[in-house]
Amino acid sequence: MSKRIDVKDLNVYYSKFLAVEGVNINIDAKSVTAFIGPSGCGKSTFLRTLNRMHEVIPGARVEGEVLLDGDNLYGPGVDPVTVRAQIGMVFQRPNPFPTMSIRDNVLAGVKLNNHKISKGEADVLVERSLQGANLWNEVKDRLAKPGSGLSGGQQQRLCIARAIAVEPQVILMDEPCSALDPISTLAIEDLINELKDQYTVVIVTHNMQQAARVSDKTAFFNIAGTGKPGKLIEYGDTPTIFSNPAEKATEDYVSGRFG
Amino acid sequence: MTSTLTPVRKRSALTKGQLPKAAPYIVLAVALVLGAAILALIGFNAFGWGIVSAILFAAGLVGWSLVVEGSRKAKDKLATCLVVGSFLVALLPLFSVIWTVLVNGIPGLLDPGFLSTSMNGVTGAFDNKTVEEGAPLVGGIYHAFMGTLLITVLATIISVPVGLLTAIYLVEYGEDRPLARAITFFVDVMTGIPSIVAGLFAAAAFFAVVGPGTKTGAVAAVALSVLMIPVVVRSSEEMLKIVPNELREAAYALGVRKWRTILKVVLPTAISGIASGITLAIARVIGETAPILVTAGFATTINTNVFSGWMASLPTFIYTQILNPTSPSNPDPSSVRAWGAALVLIILVMLLNLGARLIARIFSPKTGR
Amino acid sequence: MTTTSLTKSRGAGRAGDKVFSAATLAAGCLILAVLFGVALFLAIQAFPALVAPADKIQGGEGFFTYIWPLVIGTLIASVIALVIATPIAIGVALFISHYAPRKLASGLGYVVDLLAAIPSVIYGAWGVAFLAKEISPAYDWLAENMGWLPIFQGPASATGKTILTAGIVLAVMVLPIITSLTREIFLQTPKLHEEAALALGATRWEMVRMTVLPFGRPGIISAVMLGLGRALGETMAVALVLSSGALTASLIQSGNQTIAAEIALNFPEASGLKVSTLIAAGLVLFVITLGVNMIARGIIARHKEFSGAN
Repeated sequence: MSKRIDVKDLNVYYSKFLAVEGVNINIDAKSVTAFIGPSGCGKSTFLRTLNRMHEVIPGARVEGEVLLDGDNLYGPGVDPVTVRAQIGMVFQRPNPFPTMSIRDNVLAGVKLNNHKISKGEADVLVERSLQGANLWNEVKDRLAKPGSGLSGGQQQRLCIARAIAVEPQVILMDEPCSALDPISTLAIEDLINELKDQYTVVIVTHNMQQAARVSDKTAFFNIAGTGKPGKLIEYGDTPTIFSNPAEKATEDYVSGRFG
Repeated sequence: MTSTLTPVRKRSALTKGQLPKAAPYIVLAVALVLGAAILALIGFNAFGWGIVSAILFAAGLVGWSLVVEGSRKAKDKLATCLVVGSFLVALLPLFSVIWTVLVNGIPGLLDPGFLSTSMNGVTGAFDNKTVEEGAPLVGGIYHAFMGTLLITVLATIISVPVGLLTAIYLVEYGEDRPLARAITFFVDVMTGIPSIVAGLFAAAAFFAVVGPGTKTGAVAAVALSVLMIPVVVRSSEEMLKIVPNELREAAYALGVRKWRTILKVVLPTAISGIASGITLAIARVIGETAPILVTAGFATTINTNVFSGWMASLPTFIYTQILNPTSPSNPDPSSVRAWGAALVLIILVMLLNLGARLIARIFSPKTGR
Repeated sequence: MTTTSLTKSRGAGRAGDKVFSAATLAAGCLILAVLFGVALFLAIQAFPALVAPADKIQGGEGFFTYIWPLVIGTLIASVIALVIATPIAIGVALFISHYAPRKLASGLGYVVDLLAAIPSVIYGAWGVAFLAKEISPAYDWLAENMGWLPIFQGPASATGKTILTAGIVLAVMVLPIITSLTREIFLQTPKLHEEAALALGATRWEMVRMTVLPFGRPGIISAVMLGLGRALGETMAVALVLSSGALTASLIQSGNQTIAAEIALNFPEASGLKVSTLIAAGLVLFVITLGVNMIARGIIARHKEFSGAN
């Protein structure tokens, strides 16, 4: 249940402004890929184009191809809603639905789409998803309580459970730990390690140690200056990027000389 | 370190040239006594005592401050007196109105049958008897109460979908397009339409479409909707705007369609604020008189069909009972009925306002902590 | 390329999205249509009165002669209301925004909002049953001592049912409107400006005069305009309180009439050309209030852009 992503010559625009230019990248199935780079280099923008979430922002558009196991996400007749059901996303700040219980939050993707599901199936799905997000033991006694009553780290794992409940092929994570304390961060990193057995995971992070800890491959993005488009500078195996990068800019960044 | 010896002083340098802390209380006491004395000379009444004392208080405090503290502080004191004074003045009519309605309205409300009978068949002869022979007061507000209820419910049924959908368009689909900006501007303009013009519009529209002289509860409901829709739009728009974008994105990322996201995530999150805004909008139109006067006429009998025949309402009932008493020679029974209806109306409005606050509190998303 | 898993639509499909967004768009357009309809239907129904021969209109001298005393009467009542309400409203707004203790401020604001919640017909009833009676001695005094001013020319009305009383009732009704808007603007005064003034040793009043009032001026102007819009169109307070008559300079005699009250008093029994005449009067009122409101909204919108508020 996991697919690979191949990106060909992707440009991302906000209205007329070119935000990200000429990205080519091949992301393997069942792997963890980290995007690193300084603020404003377009890594989050690029991540959002991988499940067409950038279209939510008025004026945003792309040129190029994003292939999910060979199928172009931007091909004619492709519905962004279908894309997003196959490529899930976890955001920077935990955002459980405040009007729903923990259980309903997990079932949100199914219920909001009006799919009929029996109570027994729902129970199985809730338990499996929460187990998958390492949250089951902490919340199994209070599934009917509001999701917003959990701690920040638990909320974020609830959001991951919510994302995997719709059984996506790929999970995108946009700085999932930046609003969390170190203990919660560790829990999420452990979870990412387990998730890659079943899913393709792409994670944007500001934290280079985190990228080094969790990812198989790392992509480094950079911009030449304000107003210039962001570019993919280097992409390779994580150990190589951190210990023996090919580009000077990458070396400067991972060794802490700027950014 | 050397310990600094501060000379023991009665007053610090920082408080030199200031009025003592108790100054306002001293001046207030003096002003109250003086005020009472002055009023005693020209005939005492509580209202005059309050006014004269307030003026004396302000003059005394500012004058004293001018002597001790100088003109800048005195000006400051004067401004404070004026600002506080204007607030107190603003409260006067509020209390006066509520007091007047309570005192005059309770006798009518306590009258048996006041809430359960209509004015059907009640003529001036009955009222003359009530005044001249002490016969019990006849007639009531049942027909007006039902009319208000039906007209308001119909107006709500029209206004809420239109207003809410418009608010959704502005927040979720508008994206600052020219059309959205035009709607926003004209909704603002619509809030300023005089209520009688809204009534004339509904009347003119029905005269033109259905036939001259069409006056029914439904026409009144359309008139009230013109007044109610902009209020619903504005309040719902504010509430939808404060729903965090993150929730919408979370739903989109789960592969949920936009319309289902709006219906199942955005609206439930904002529902408490929207419901309270709608309740306030109802409270606003339930007391409207002029638009009903020109669209539903005034009936003395119970009419529960909004699509046919004239219909009474509480505000028009109050209006006609005061302006055209049932018995022109003995207007007191009509006045009792009018104030009783006014009390009922004000209770309704206050309950709706209170309800709006409760709804906002009870249905707001729970944190569960 | 073959049909892929991505081109299969799922869920309720795209139709739901289309229908829903079309419904919201239709609702928005309906509002524009209604406003358009207000103008259109009033114009259609008013047309006969505008073209009718002069002697058929009430008064026998044509529509213009009929309407202008009403316009003047409406303006007199509204100006009285604003002259009374504006200073008090600014005072109340300052009290709530800068003088009252923080904890009390929102509660006090709610009390002032209650003034806006009371239905206009009840204000009218209060005006005629309480205020008019209580205030008529004051009118006698004004007539005696200030009678040399045309506006206080005696003999004062014995019932107190004068345009001045109606103006006072209107003032009470527009007070909460002006207050709530100016309060919002005052609260938006940049804290830095206020603190800068206080740090220079300004007293509280000097701080208010140097920072809050200049910052709030456009807001005050537009709030007063909105209050004017409300006062111009208010019906019941005038219809119940004023003992109407011909245009009179004295504010403490009976006489004068406003457009809104004229319509309310005559429309229920009107028929034929009289209906058209009254609807035409309503059209005039609509145009006046529309103009006032648009100017007010324009000022607010421009001010918003400059201050960066919201």
